[in-house]
Amino acid sequence: MSDSLKDIVEIKINGLSISINKHFCKGCGICIEMCPTKVFEWSEKLSEKGVYFPVPSYIDKCTKCRRCELMCPDFAISVEVEEGAG
Amino acid sequence: MNRSVLRKLYPKGNYFMQGDEAIAYGAIFAGCKFYAGYPITPASEIAETMARELPKVGGYYVQMEDEIGSIAAIIGASWTGLKSMTATSGPGFSLMQENIGYAIMTETPIVVVDVQRSGPSTGQATKGAQGDFFQARWGTHGDHPAIAISPSSVEECFWTTIDAFNLSEKFRMPIIILADGIIGHMREQIRIPDPEEVEVIERRLPQNEEEAKLPFGGDLIPPMPIFGRGYFTHVTGSTHKETGMRDVYTPSVHDKLVRRLHEKIEKHKKEIVKWEEKFTDDAEILVVSWGVSAKPSLCAVLRARSEGIKAGFFRLKTVHPFPSERISKLSKKVRAIIVPEMNLGQLIIEVQRFVNDDVRLIGVNKIGGVPITSEEVYNAIKEVV
Amino acid sequence: MSKYRMLKYLRQEVLPTTMCLGCGGGTVLNIFANAVDELGIDPKDLVMVSGIGCSAWIPSPYFKADTLHTTHGRPIAFATGIKVGLPDKYVVVISGDGDLAGIGGNHLLHAARRNIDIAVILVNNFIHGMTGGQVAPTTPFGAKTTTTPYGNIEHPLNISETVAAAGASYVARWTTANPFMLLKSIKKALTKKGFALVEVISQCPVQFGQRNKLRSAPDMLRWFLKNSVPLKKAMKMSPEELEGKIVIGEFIDRERVEFVEELNKIIRGVYVNAD
Repeated sequence: MSDSLKDIVEIKINGLSISINKHFCKGCGICIEMCPTKVFEWSEKLSEKGVYFPVPSYIDKCTKCRRCELMCPDFAISVEVEEGAG
Repeated sequence: MNRSVLRKLYPKGNYFMQGDEAIAYGAIFAGCKFYAGYPITPASEIAETMARELPKVGGYYVQMEDEIGSIAAIIGASWTGLKSMTATSGPGFSLMQENIGYAIMTETPIVVVDVQRSGPSTGQATKGAQGDFFQARWGTHGDHPAIAISPSSVEECFWTTIDAFNLSEKFRMPIIILADGIIGHMREQIRIPDPEEVEVIERRLPQNEEEAKLPFGGDLIPPMPIFGRGYFTHVTGSTHKETGMRDVYTPSVHDKLVRRLHEKIEKHKKEIVKWEEKFTDDAEILVVSWGVSAKPSLCAVLRARSEGIKAGFFRLKTVHPFPSERISKLSKKVRAIIVPEMNLGQLIIEVQRFVNDDVRLIGVNKIGGVPITSEEVYNAIKEVV
Repeated sequence: MSKYRMLKYLRQEVLPTTMCLGCGGGTVLNIFANAVDELGIDPKDLVMVSGIGCSAWIPSPYFKADTLHTTHGRPIAFATGIKVGLPDKYVVVISGDGDLAGIGGNHLLHAARRNIDIAVILVNNFIHGMTGGQVAPTTPFGAKTTTTPYGNIEHPLNISETVAAAGASYVARWTTANPFMLLKSIKKALTKKGFALVEVISQCPVQFGQRNKLRSAPDMLRWFLKNSVPLKKAMKMSPEELEGKIVIGEFIDRERVEFVEELNKIIRGVYVNAD
C-alpha cells in the first residue's frame, strides 16, 4: 500500500469533512453524477494516477446523505460528521 | 468417527452385499460425513445406501441436480472439515472432470468413485467394463498428478474405499476409485470388521494462526486451514501463491505450485503404489490385470500352474501411479506378458511403456458387458507356452 | 482526515482493485461491506463463494473472509456443501449473470427450489465482461456485443422472476443507482432464513456501455434510473410497455422450509446413539 495520507484531498467545514483518496480514485465520475446537491466538481489538475478526480468544492451544500461514499467503486471517499454536527 | 456408534449399527461379522454397498459402508467406516451424488447406473446403490445410512452416523446425503453440482458440493463440504465422497459412472465421471482438476489444484481431500460401465457414451448402462483407465489418469486438463485405486472383489470394495479416504486426507487431493458395474452389482460375502481394526487418517489442520498462513506451500503437504475458524483462508483454482492469493503472472509461482502437486506423490510412491503378486519368482509368462478381470486371470494362472506351466500373476491395486519399477523388473524375467481387461487395450499400453521389445505382449480384450472367463485367459497362456 | 472506514473489511494488500473505471462491481463490494458493518456481522462468520467472471472478483480477493473462488458456473453448488458443513455461518455467493444464470443456471434454480439458506448477490451487467464482452443470457434484445455484431437476436432471461418462481424465500432486484435500497435488500438477504437472491443491475461501461451508446458509468446510471420501473407499477403495464425496462423491487419475501434444517432433522430422527 504505497499510498499515504498525502494522497488524501480533504475539505472541512465545521463538523463535516469529505476526503478523497487519490491513490484509489480512478476518475469514474459516479460521485459527481450521483450527488443530489452537486457538491463535487472535477479537479483542475490530474492526480498522480493521471486522472481527474472529484473535489468537494461545494461542501456547504452537502446533506450528509453519504451516497457518494456508498457508491464509490474504489472506496476512495470518506464523509466524516463530528458528533452533534447533525 | 464414533466407534461405538459403528459397532452398534454394523456389528462385526459376515454380511452378504453388493460391491456398491460395500463401498458405501467402507466410506462410513473411514469417517465420511458428506455425500453428494446424482443417480446413474450402475452406481446408484452407493447413493441409496448413503442416503439411508449416513444420517445414522450424523452425516449428510444431498442429491444434487447433476454430477457437476455433486462434486462441487463435496469439495465445498470438504473445506468445512467434512470427509466427503461422490460416486458415478462413465458419463458422470466425464462431467466431473473439471472439478476434479479444481480439487487437485486447491488440494482438497475428496473421494470420487467411478463404477465403470460399458462405453463409449451411453453404451450399455447396466454392463460393467474397464474403459476409463486413462480417463482416471488424464480425464481433466493440464499437468496434474492422479491417484486411482481399483477393487477386485466386493470385500475389497470396502477396504479400497477406506484406503481412498486415507490417501485423500494424507495427500490432500482427490482419490479416484475405479470400480465397475459387475463388482458393483454382484453380491459376495464380506466380513465387516470391528472399527478398531480400521485405520482412519485425518487431514493435517493448522495448530495455530502461523501454520494457517501458508495453506498452499511451506511444506510439501501443507496443513489445511478449513473454513469457519477465522483463518480468512483464500482458495482459488487459479494459480496461487503459497498464501492462496491469486498470482497468474509469475511463471515461477505456477512452476513451483504444479511441481509440488506432483512431488506430493512422486516422493511417496513406495507408500502409495500397491499391488498383489503370486508365483512371480519363477514365472516365464506373467498375467497382469486389474479390477474385475483379476479373478479370472488368477484362476487361469492356477490352472496353468497345476499343469506345470510357469505362469505368474500380477494384480494392480493402485492403477495410477502405475507400478512401473516392479513391472519393468518382472518383465526382464519373463517371455510373455498377458493383459486381460474389459476394454480394447488400455492397461497394456501402460505396461508396454516399461517393458522391452523382446517380451511378447498379448492382450485378452473383451467388450460387450460379459466378464472375461478364466478359460479365455488360460487359452492365451497356452498360446505362448 | 482518514480513509474510508469500510476499508477495514478489505484485504489491503490487493488494493486498489483491478476493476475497470466506473465498474458497478466496486459499488456492490462497497454496499456489501456496509451491510456486514450495519448488521454487526464478524467477517469470521462469513464464507464467500464466487465463480468465474468480473463479478466473481468482488469477494475474491478483495473482501477479507474465508473465500472459495470456484469453477465457472458452480459457486452455488460449492456453497451448498459449505452451508451443510457450516450451518451457523453466513454463506454468501457473489458472482455475475453469465456465471450464475448462464452456465450455472441449473444450480441457481435447484438451490432456490431446495431453499438452502444461502445469500446470493447476482451482479447482472448484461455481458460476459471478463472474456472481452460477449453476449450473455441477460444481454438486452438488439444490443451490440463482440458476438452479436449484428445486434442480439435473443431476449434476456428475467432472473429474479425465474428464481422467485423456482422457490426462493427472498428475491429482490435493484440497480447500482439505488444504493440505499440495495443495502436494505442485501441486509435482508443475509438475515433471511432460506434461499435469498439480490439481483443487482450493474453498469459495465467498458464492455457493454461503450458498444451501446453508454460510454461512461454516469451515462449508464442515468439510463438505469430512466428505465427502471417499480414492481407495483410494472404489474399494471403490458409486455410491450415493459420492453427494455428494468423492473425493480422485492419480488418475493416468504417463509419456506429450509433445506439444511431439514437435513439435521433427519439426523436427529434416526441418529442411533450407542453410548
